[in-house]
Amino acid sequence: MFDRSVIGHRFPAYPVAIEAGRIRQFAHAIGEAAAVHTDESAARAAGYASVLAPPTFLTVCDLESPTPLPVIQFLAIDLRRLLHGEQSFTYFGPVCAGDVITVEREIVDVFSRKQGALDFAVCETRYANQHAQLVAKASTTLIVRN
Amino acid sequence: MPETLQTLPPLTLPPISRLTLALYCGASGDHNPIHVDLDFARSAGLQDVFAHGMLSMAYLGRLVTNWRPQSQLQTLKARFLAVVAVGDVLTFHGEVIERLQESGRPLLRVTLSAVRQNGDTVLTGEAIVRDELAG
Repeated sequence: MFDRSVIGHRFPAYPVAIEAGRIRQFAHAIGEAAAVHTDESAARAAGYASVLAPPTFLTVCDLESPTPLPVIQFLAIDLRRLLHGEQSFTYFGPVCAGDVITVEREIVDVFSRKQGALDFAVCETRYANQHAQLVAKASTTLIVRN
Repeated sequence: MPETLQTLPPLTLPPISRLTLALYCGASGDHNPIHVDLDFARSAGLQDVFAHGMLSMAYLGRLVTNWRPQSQLQTLKARFLAVVAVGDVLTFHGEVIERLQESGRPLLRVTLSAVRQNGDTVLTGEAIVRDELAG
C-alpha cells in the first residue's frame, strides 16, 4: 500500500522536442497510415504547422523523462506487478513536429482495493507547448498486484 | 441502455504479433520488458508477454480519427479490463449515445470498446467529439 504522503508529489518538469521521424515511427507502429502523420505537405494542407502527432503520442512525451519511469521509480513499483488501469486525455490543441512540449506530472491519489490485493496510483499530467499553451492533460491510473 | 444515435465503422486489427509489440516498445519508448522479453514475463509468473495497454488505446484513437478529424477530438478515455495476448485479434467499436452542448458548441459522447476473438471485452472507453462538419 502506498503511503498517502505521496499525494501531491510533483515531478520535475522537462521539455520534449517533438520530431517528425518519431511521429512517423509511432504512426507506423500503431498501423496509422493517414498522411497528416507522415507527410509534411499533407499536414500543412490540413492546416497543421507540420506532421501531426496521433492522439496517444503524448505517451512518448511521458516516457522521454530524463529519469526513466519516474513515477514507477518514485513509488518503487516492481514492473512484474504493474498494470495500466485507466488512461484519459483531454485535448486543447494539436502537437506537431517542431513543437517543444513541457511535461508536468503530479500524483493526485493513491488507494487500495480488495483488502490490499491491489494498490492504485493516479497521476495527472499537463502538456504545454513552446508558446506556453496548454495542449493536453492526461490522467493515468496504475495498478500494482500484490 | 442509452439509445445508439450512430455507429462508427468498426476497426479490426491483424493478430497482435511480437513484431508489433517490439515496434511499439521502440516507437513509444515504453521499454517495460514485460511486453517484449519472454524470460522477464516468465520471471513474473506469466506464460508469455502481453500487449501494452497504450497500444490498444492507440488503436482506439485510430477508430475515432478514422471517423472524425483529430482536430475535433476533445477527450479520449480508456479503461483496460484484460491483458491482450500475442495472437489476439481485436475489434474496436464506437457508438454515439448522446448529443451535448458546451458553451453553445455541439458535442457527441461516444462509447468505445475493444473485443477480442473469443468475445471478451478487453477495453472500454469514451470519446467526446466536437460535432462539426469538416475542419
